[in-house]
Amino acid sequence: MTRYSGLRLLGHALSGHARWPRAWRAPDPKPSYDVVIIGGGGHGLASAYYLAKEHGITNVAVVEKGPIGLGNTGRNTTIVRSNYLFPENNHFYEWSLKLWEGLEQDLNFNVMMSQRGVLNLFHSDSQRAASARRGNSMRLNGIDAELLDREQVKAMVPLLDYDNARFPVFGGLLQRRGGTARHDAVAWGFARAADARGVDIIQHCEVTGIRREGGRVTGVETTRGFIGARKVGIAVAGNTSRVAAMAGLRLPIESHVLQAFVTEGLKPLVDMVVTFGAGHFYISQSDKGGLVFGGGLDGYNSYAQRGSLPTVEHVWAAGVAMMPCLSRLRVLRQWGGVMDMTMDGSPLICRTPVEGLYLNGGWCYGGFKATPGSGWCFAHTIANDAPHRFNAAMTIERFREGRAIDERGAGPYPWAQ
Amino acid sequence: MHLIDCPWCGPRDEAEFAYRGDATVTRPAPDAGIDAFYDYVFTRANPRGWHVEWWHHAAGCRQHVKVVRHTMTHAIAATGRATDILEVPAA
Repeated sequence: MTRYSGLRLLGHALSGHARWPRAWRAPDPKPSYDVVIIGGGGHGLASAYYLAKEHGITNVAVVEKGPIGLGNTGRNTTIVRSNYLFPENNHFYEWSLKLWEGLEQDLNFNVMMSQRGVLNLFHSDSQRAASARRGNSMRLNGIDAELLDREQVKAMVPLLDYDNARFPVFGGLLQRRGGTARHDAVAWGFARAADARGVDIIQHCEVTGIRREGGRVTGVETTRGFIGARKVGIAVAGNTSRVAAMAGLRLPIESHVLQAFVTEGLKPLVDMVVTFGAGHFYISQSDKGGLVFGGGLDGYNSYAQRGSLPTVEHVWAAGVAMMPCLSRLRVLRQWGGVMDMTMDGSPLICRTPVEGLYLNGGWCYGGFKATPGSGWCFAHTIANDAPHRFNAAMTIERFREGRAIDERGAGPYPWAQ
Repeated sequence: MHLIDCPWCGPRDEAEFAYRGDATVTRPAPDAGIDAFYDYVFTRANPRGWHVEWWHHAAGCRQHVKVVRHTMTHAIAATGRATDILEVPAA
């Protein structure tokens, strides 16, 4: 792998940037691999990278039906945080955040990790109590959290509607180490680093079947022929139900659509991630100046990667209630992604009832921040045929055993998560 | 954008409805056992294609409407009352 550096950038600038080598190979699939990962998004690529780096398993292929990183990796609002209530979640997401903090050096790739802070507003005494409880849970587990009062929030984000008649701002829960990262660069960085360690990234190769013999996985059928594998990992969030069905599994997952938006470019307006407490709305500003924001699910099963106008109106209304100055902006782009909604809002990184088949999915609308931690834990689970303690609770069986990790307390209704 | 033909009110905007999920799951007998209840509460076929589902006409007649809708195209093939057995297109 050609290392990227300032000096190399300067050298290539002198030749008009015409001689950069390609960042990863385009190999044909080999007849078989030790591990095949289905899905070339951030999670699949990270899994392959950590299999090679942490466990020395380099005879690995990532098979992707389109180009890498064009699913939910390229469709999120790029927020990175670990501000969860339950220890099962916050240990995992904190480990992911720690990996984010060293990711650029590790991958030798600029993922534009920006720890600008994530601020969750609250608008009532009871919401303050819930925020304090979550903040305390985070601090007890070694994660940074600060409970801010109204004046402290005002000093940080002056443009909010502090005296909104229905939702006055009472304060906020701040995680300073949270922030944003460049989503495409995460896929590219993991792809390049995995490729450098010998992983084959096979694009435009759709899995059409999972071959099994005697209850054990032997490989995958693809549009480019059969590829043998001792172990197969599924990392296709959005389409997990469909791929798992190829191995006869029926999962506690529904696919739902979530929309996101970017406005016209502006001068600096919001220098952190701010979330509304009285509606589902979160906003940050990209380095290009566009405001990046989103809200809740459309709320019906969908694989369509596009949503409905009532939700667009609802998300904007929430945004304008929080920050009235948004009302005069124009949205330049709007898109939808397919969310793997589990029945408790928490993910799955686990073994499956099929020997040699592993599952990584159910990311709901929180998959991006988990990318490095998810890959790290999934690699551990595949390599050792057993979970790491960070993902030990993220099993399929938890639902049957009454151990759901229902952070939001919404019950088994994915459209309400 | 969905236009849902409520059997009682006629074609109405989706904004009047509250989604209530997969209409193919049915509650097992009380003594059916834990696996049957696990499937009923948690697991879903989650098809990419035609999906039979409940839409509650919350801002209208407040009846539950059964809808056959495509999860990729968002086309609606049929709507009916809760007890109706609706035809699901082949593909």
